[in-house]
Formats: sequence, structure tokens, C-alpha cells
Amino acid sequence: MKQEYIISAYSENHIGLLNRITIIFTRRKVNIESITASVSAIEGISKLTIVVNDEKEKVVNITKQIEKQVEVLKAFYHTNDEMIFQEIALYKVPTQALMETNQLEKLIRQHNARILEITPEYTVIEKTGHKEETQELFNGLVEYGVLQFIRSGRVAITRSPIEKLSEFLKERDALLEKIESRGKLRSARK
Amino acid sequence: MTAKEKETRKSKQQDVEITGSEAVIRSLIEEGTEIIFGYPGGAIMPVYDALYDYRNVLRHILTRHEQGAVHAAQGYARATGKTGVCLVTSGPGATNLITGIADAMIDSTPLVCITGQVASHLLGSDAFQESDVIGISMPVTKWNFQITSAEEIPSTIAKAFYIAASGRPGPVLIDITKDAQFGRLKYKYAKCHKIRSYIPEFPVNKEKLSQAAELINNAKKPFLIFGQGVILSGAEMELQHFIEKTGIPAAWTLLGLSGLITDHPLNVGMLGMHGNYGPNIKTNECDLLIAVGMRFDDRVTGNLNTYAKQAKIIHIEIDPAEINKIIKADVALLGDAKRILRLLRLLVGKKKHTAWLKEFKQAHEVEMKKVIKSDLNPANPGLSMAEIVNKVADLTHNTAVVVSDVGQNQMAAARYSKFTSSRSHITSGGLGTMGFGLPAAMGAKFGNKDREVVLFVGDGGMQMTIQELGTIAQENLPVKIVIMNNRFLGMVRQWQELFFEKRYSFTEIFSPDFVKVADAYGIPGQLVKEREKLEEALQTMLDAKGPYLLEIMVEKEDNIFPMVPSGASVSDILLCADDVK
Ligand SMILES: Cc1ncc(C[n+]2csc(CCOP(=O)(O)OP(=O)(O)O)c2C)c(N)n1
Repeated sequence: MKQEYIISAYSENHIGLLNRITIIFTRRKVNIESITASVSAIEGISKLTIVVNDEKEKVVNITKQIEKQVEVLKAFYHTNDEMIFQEIALYKVPTQALMETNQLEKLIRQHNARILEITPEYTVIEKTGHKEETQELFNGLVEYGVLQFIRSGRVAITRSPIEKLSEFLKERDALLEKIESRGKLRSARK
Repeated sequence: MTAKEKETRKSKQQDVEITGSEAVIRSLIEEGTEIIFGYPGGAIMPVYDALYDYRNVLRHILTRHEQGAVHAAQGYARATGKTGVCLVTSGPGATNLITGIADAMIDSTPLVCITGQVASHLLGSDAFQESDVIGISMPVTKWNFQITSAEEIPSTIAKAFYIAASGRPGPVLIDITKDAQFGRLKYKYAKCHKIRSYIPEFPVNKEKLSQAAELINNAKKPFLIFGQGVILSGAEMELQHFIEKTGIPAAWTLLGLSGLITDHPLNVGMLGMHGNYGPNIKTNECDLLIAVGMRFDDRVTGNLNTYAKQAKIIHIEIDPAEINKIIKADVALLGDAKRILRLLRLLVGKKKHTAWLKEFKQAHEVEMKKVIKSDLNPANPGLSMAEIVNKVADLTHNTAVVVSDVGQNQMAAARYSKFTSSRSHITSGGLGTMGFGLPAAMGAKFGNKDREVVLFVGDGGMQMTIQELGTIAQENLPVKIVIMNNRFLGMVRQWQELFFEKRYSFTEIFSPDFVKVADAYGIPGQLVKEREKLEEALQTMLDAKGPYLLEIMVEKEDNIFPMVPSGASVSDILLCADDVK
């Protein structure tokens, strides 16, 4: 069964890595619904948040392939209900519409949106929420004429108290040390 | 001493400024590189110039095509276990590597490929011979990196060698801009043993280990199947000790060939589309399938819906992405095969599975009667590929490194060669790259001075990289080339015969007089058509001190059997053409 999944990948911030990761989706003909690159709570580590709509098996496979990339530390996949997430949307409408009726103002209040800028020609509205919510506002604004509309990629954090990665990094440091000393030993023997 | 040589000598001391190009060469030497395969051109000329001063330390082989260079590096890596290195120019030089890199990626071969690139200020300007090699090679490399300043060279090369050879090995590519090659740096080399974001090998999970041991101890009909992972991790002895203790019959995949001696009483043969009868049908009769260092390729599994459904599955594998990718494992043991087999052996009981092993013997007898006998003693006057391969095995006392190309020749070589030591079988498995054979045989020979290297190749595949005869001649490299000429693209013709109503669409192929071609290169050879002449001709070939080319005319329309048709179940393996519905 297809459903929405959020894949988060923690990686080094290297040129080309994003390309390496998107290729993994392309090769399997999986569409990326949204993608966000950002810093994480851990210094020097970037975080990619990728939303896809597909079968679990495929998502698991893709997550492993992402993690397999040399510069990726760890990748996770989650269903929507396992994460807290938001998207941000901006809407540009003619200011005239705002002036002519108080309906528009009501709509903005109802949706908990806010106005970022008003000029004689246009007004820019901002709304954060899930896709359905930002879409609903869009649908409401259509009759006033939406001049421009944009929605961001998703940002998401897990419901667990700390970044999942930090636990994982601790174990990993010990492991890396072991690998390093074994490697040194091996090359000394040669 | 020329001024240049003086400078080189001076720069051999550490901490002196040297050029990026020289740093490339010295870094390769630091990594223990003895030989590189390559082809020069504009964007890599500074490195070639630096190489000139080190030509007595670092051997360079000029191939006739970059594809030849990369396949040779693969052959060298597969035969020796070392990392293969190639060096080529930008643009077409680099793109000519791609087939070999893709081949190395799917067959887990450690390679470091160095490509020249236009100067960094020209990147993205469609400069002469600029191509986006990083972009092009991304999906087929384990890692790649573009160097744009000289200082990055030593650390990047160190990282490249570490990544290529550790964990599940694979090809890496380093693209070096011309200005980085010309630039200067304070040279200092440190090997890489750790990358924060990269865990090449996970520690063995003790709990899973005992779960696996329990499954093994309780199994009535256990069956072990192994792939190249055994060879890559150097686990050949551990594998042998493990099966000897547990009495478990073992079968190899195409890439697992030579990971165990052929004549080991527990070696029951080859899996897969043209594998042996027993291993294929018993896969669907065993109660426990232990897969070691293999990835359940579709050429091995056939129809997944009917594959080993009755069996519990243990998967021993170093690459986490392979676990549960194709076949769900009941117990997945992540880690190095050598370590896992060693630990597992301590936890399992001593056993003999005499009756179960006998079932394999019976299956073998069926195959012997229905396939092998007639393969080796054909009723036709025309020679069979099987008898040729078999004769070579006899004459070399099963000690040769066998290299094959792709197609019927490859399957005959795999089925009828015998092995007495590891890393003795080199072929393109996952990608099935025609043209791999000849250059790979060259690479294998460069890595194996003291062993006979015999190539089996079809008339089609031979013509895909035939120009490498030039390299062989220039180096006087004693590669023994056996062309099995059926005047067809044999394997495709076989499919056309069996599944496309004998509609031989564009599979009849004209070939030059291969012996004359060899002669033009100064390589001796002869043509054999009759059975009576075969042994003597093969002996002449093996006795030759230098390279030798033997063209053997074989039966035109022979087929390779057994065969699991594409998409069929492994239990529905066909033993002869009459079995095809
Ligand atoms: C580069 C490449 N192109 C096409 C194929 C498809 N293919 C697989 S086997 C084969 C026929 C090989 O013919 P030949 O080299 O004469 O060997 P034979 O099968 O007769 O031994 C072909 C065309 C391939 N594997 N590789």
C-alpha cells in the first residue's frame, strides 16, 4: 500500500551528495514530493528531509541505499504520525480584494495565517501547517485571485526527545575507533 | 642528471614543495600501487609527465582503449586482491571508462580511477574535452570526488584507496583539474583508516550468531550457497572448515567460483541459470539455506515467488543494503564473512548429512547422463566448448587462472573449469560485459607472473576489445587466448532458438581470420577445426613462452544446458532442448 513517508538523512555537507541521493530515487522511478536540506542539531552535519509517497518495501530499500553512500551517516524513514512536521506557504493576492470585502480578512484569521507585507498592488500572506491546511487556504483565496503561490518542502522532527542520531553517534565513535586501529594494524603488517 | 631529475630527487624528501602531479604519483606509490593501466591526453598530461620520472618504480601499461585499461585494472584486482588503478584523460578518455566502472560496481571490484579534467576556471564552460565525469560516474561509483587544488591530492587519494578496498569493495573515481595538477603543495602522506560517515564493516551480533547456530544445528537438509564475498573477505579456509565440521553441501555462484576447491567432496557445483542441476533443484528442497557473501541475483534465484519458500534463510553479508533486498532472511548476519564463519564454526555441532549429500550426487548423475556426457563426448563432428575447456583444465592440472568473456563461452568455462586455488576465475558477472575478457586476462596476467592465464572468449566478444592484442604484443605478455568460434552471437542465438522460434535476428556474425590478425600483431597462433588436433594445439599454446592465440571452430548451433529459463523457477531447470515447451 502506498502512503506518505518522511526520509531523513544525516550527512556531511559535501558537493554532489544531494545528486547522489536523488539518483537513488530516479533509478527506482520514485517521485520526490518534497525535499529540504538544512543544518541539524549536531555541528557540521546536514539533514535532508525527503517526502515520498510509496510502498514501505521500496522506502526501506531506498533508505538503505541512501545510508550506503559514503558521506551519509545515517538515514531513517518514518510515517507521518511518527513525526511532527510543518510546511510553510506564501500567497500573493491583489490588495484591492482585501479592501473590497472583510471576507478575506476573516479567511486569514480563520486559518491562523498572517500578513507579511501590504503594498497598494498586492498583499503577501504566510501560513504554516500541513499540506492540507495550506492547500485549504489556497482554495479559499482562489476567488480573490491568487497572483503567486509557493509551498516549501517539509521540515520534520521525531517525537523522541533528542535527535535520534546523537545516540547512534556515541556507539559509532567507539566502532570507528576499533575500525581505525584495526586498519592501522593491518597496514603496519604489510 | 637533468635539472628535472635533480628536482625530483630533491622532492623525494618529505615536506618539500612538489607539484600536484608528482603528488598523484607519490600517493599511488604510498598505497602500494605497482602497476597502472592508462591512456594519456591533454587534461592528464602533467601527471603523465610526472610519471615519466617514476617510470622505474611505478609501472604503466598503455592500453589501446580506456575500456581496455579499466577492464585490465579489474582483472588485476580480481586476480590479486589489490586495488586496480587506471589513469586517463578528461572527456572521451573518462567516458570510455564508464562501462568498466559500472562492471566493477556491480561486481564489487576495488578500483581507483583517476581522470584528468579541464582547469577549474573552465568548469561548466563546455571547454575542450570537458565532460561532467563526476555527474556521469555518480551512479556507478562507490564514491567520487573532484580535486581542484593541489593540496587536496594526497588526502583524497588516501581516502579513495580506503573506500575502494574496505567493506564491500567498489570503484571510486577522482577527477583532477589541470590547474590542481600544475599547482604546488607541501607534500605529506597519511593513510586513511577512518571516515566519520562511513562504517565499512559492522561488528557481529552475538545474539543473531547463536540464532543462526541453532538453525544450523537443527537442520536436516541444510544447504550453503556462496558468492564472491567469500573471496573478497579471504574467507576460503573458514568456509572450508565450516562446511567440513557441519557436513553441509556447498554451491557457488558464478562469482564464487574458485572460492573452494572444485573437487572438495562437499562442493556440489554452481547455482544459477546455467548452473548445475543439483544445486538448483535442491534450493527448493533444503530446509535451511545459508547464503554467504552473495546477493541473490536474479540469474541465481529465477522466479522469486517459488524460490526456497520451504527453507529458513540465513544471510551472511557485509552490505546492509543487501539484507532483505531480494530475499527476506530469517537470520541476517551483518559483517565480514571471514569473521562470521570463524565464530559460527565454534557454535555449531559436528555432523554428517550423508543421505542429503547423496541426493546431490544422484542429481549430479542425472546431469552427467543427460548433459555432461554428451557435452564432453559430442556425437557431432564439430567441437564442443565443453570439451575444449575440459581439455585445458586437464592440461593445466587445474592450476590456471581462467578468464572468460560473456555468453556461451563464459558458461562453458564456468561449468567445466576446475579450480585448486582461489581467485582463479575472472568473469563479468553482474553486468555481463562482452569485451571484458581480453583486457581482464591481461590484467590478471600482470598480477600473476608465475601462473598460466587462459582466456576463453567468443568470436563476438573478442571483436569488442580486440585492439588490446596491441597491448599484449607491446608487453610480450604471455596471455593464452582461446577463441571458441561458432560464427554466431551464440548465447543470443540459443535464446532465439529456444524462445523466439529460431528467428536468428542479427546474430550471425562475420569474423576476420583471427590467426592472421594475431600474426599482424606478431602474436603466434593457429586455427583448429578437428578434434584430433585439439590437444596438440592446446599444448603448443600452453608451451608458448609469450602470448598465443588459438582460434577453435566449434559446432555452430550448440546450446548450453542445463538452463533455468528467464523468470522460471529453479526447480523447473531444463536439461535439454526437448524440455522446452
Ligand atoms: C556489451 C554487450 N553487448 C551485448 C550483450 C548481449 N549478449 C550476451 S551474450 C551475447 C553473445 C555473445 O556472443 P559471442 O561473443 O560470440 O560468444 P558465444 O555466446 O558465442 O560464446 C550477447 C550479444 C552483452 N552481454 N554485452
